[in-house]
Amino acid sequence: MLIAFGTGILTILLLASNQIAQKLDNNSKDIDLVVGAKGSPLQLILSSIYYIDFPTGNIPLKEAKELSRSPFVKRAVPLALGDNYNGTRIVGTDSNFVAIYKLKVQSGKLWAQDFETTIGASVAESQQLKVGDTFYGAHGLTSNSDVHKSHQYTVSGILAPQGNVTDNLILTNIASVWKMHDDHEEGEAHEHEEGESHHEEEHAEEGKELTSLLIQYRSPMSVAIFPRMVNETTNMQAASPAQESTRLFSLIGVGVETLQWFAVLIMLIAAISVFVNLYNSLKERKYDLAIMRTLGASRGKLFLIVIAEGIILTLAGTIIGIALGHLALQFIGNYQESSQARLTGLVFLKDEIYLFVAGLAIGIFAAIIPAVQAYRSNISRILSKN
Amino acid sequence: MISLKSVSHSYAGQKDIGFSDWQINDGEQWLLLGESGSGKTTLLHILTGILKPKQGEVQINNTSIYGLSAKELDQFRGRNIGIIFQRPHLIKSLSISENLVLAQSFAKLPTDKKRVNEVLESLGIEGKKNAYPDELSQGQLQRVSIARAVINKPALLIADEPTSSLDDKNAAIVLELLMQQSGANQTTLVVATHDKRVKDAFTNTYELS
Repeated sequence: MLIAFGTGILTILLLASNQIAQKLDNNSKDIDLVVGAKGSPLQLILSSIYYIDFPTGNIPLKEAKELSRSPFVKRAVPLALGDNYNGTRIVGTDSNFVAIYKLKVQSGKLWAQDFETTIGASVAESQQLKVGDTFYGAHGLTSNSDVHKSHQYTVSGILAPQGNVTDNLILTNIASVWKMHDDHEEGEAHEHEEGESHHEEEHAEEGKELTSLLIQYRSPMSVAIFPRMVNETTNMQAASPAQESTRLFSLIGVGVETLQWFAVLIMLIAAISVFVNLYNSLKERKYDLAIMRTLGASRGKLFLIVIAEGIILTLAGTIIGIALGHLALQFIGNYQESSQARLTGLVFLKDEIYLFVAGLAIGIFAAIIPAVQAYRSNISRILSKN
Repeated sequence: MISLKSVSHSYAGQKDIGFSDWQINDGEQWLLLGESGSGKTTLLHILTGILKPKQGEVQINNTSIYGLSAKELDQFRGRNIGIIFQRPHLIKSLSISENLVLAQSFAKLPTDKKRVNEVLESLGIEGKKNAYPDELSQGQLQRVSIARAVINKPALLIADEPTSSLDDKNAAIVLELLMQQSGANQTTLVVATHDKRVKDAFTNTYELS
């Protein structure tokens, strides 16, 4: 039982940390830098690359355009965030986005006109949307409370599953996002959620804003110069996805390590309990084992019998533990809110072989002393005791 | 033929116990008499290859059993010596026939289901072959124990106090069965006991002082 528990925890940790690391990696592969409003760099990365957390604010379109023309920049992808559909983020962007994430369309086509959208594979599935369907976006990033009734979005295409964050996004052009908000300005007054884009100001091209820019460097040299320039000479900030991801993971990592030690401790206790169990059961079965000797079993055979018992015990525990770990993770994944960070229990890692081997080793280890005792037992003495 | 020559043994710190020389011919039936504490169990253990005596030699069918290696001795025992203990000691998690097959496999003999059934039948308990030990009565268990001892057709059949824990009726049955089985299989029988109900059936006696 204990072994199953310990193995289970280790399995969960192994799978979870591996998947999180992978997701972090997948999503930030080709993006060298993110430029956005000043604030927490981690928040900027989380909101513009992983689409978790609220953006830090907005940056003026004019300055963003200037920055994208810089010689250090190979490609700059503009992002306009601020709306959602049933919790899925609607992202205003352009063809650069498609290029950077190497998006492929499965059915329909990429958005072209205003209010046309291309949606990610998971969105199509969970929201039951097909090409040609229409929907209304709502203000803010998570709630349905403030639906923009003036303009409808149409699904013009569905992306093939990409295995990254784009599976969970609704993509459209920036003009649509601006238009949505222009119209809403003319009408209602309402509550603004924390951190959302504030567009109370000007409507002219002058005052248009973006949420952030995803940047690809032209040359490796840019790493040294560009971010500093942005941070020190403009009103915007530059954050490195690689750096922030590493920081994030190391923060999670600390938690994972503690849990890992805890699980190892449990395994140790489990090993001890297997040992105690075998030792005690051996005392009771002394007679039976001695009888087996008289039937012809050699001492070596008795030794093997006891060891085999230990192995079977721990092996069973290990297998159950691994299965439990996967099941638990799958269960957790189903209940997770943020679809971006969803974990799955269906993936197996080759590191799990180590867990398996460890289970075996513990079995042998715990069974050795009782086995040696069985080997050395003096059957004459045992059989004389009535 | 079984022979005991110049055998004596002592336990740590205890006096030497000397045993008179003993020769048992094939097919004979002997009674080993002695009160508890007289060295009866010690002698039995020496005779069956379980305890190596400090001195002396034990020969069974021309093999000096204490000259064999430990593993060889174990196997020799499994094939040639059948032991019936005072309490049955069957493996509780196995069925009766599985217990018997175990005796065959531990002696490194091939599994012979026919033999298993044959022996169970001759003891009148064939119907219990798929039952588990805790479903049987004392008397039935003792019979299974006899079955296990004779299944490999050993040269020597030894019973240590086989009737002491049984009532009169079952004691008689067991005694009868022992005599019958040893007769049927040409096995030499030695019964160690201080049970007076058993004594009269034997002509050959080895007495411990």
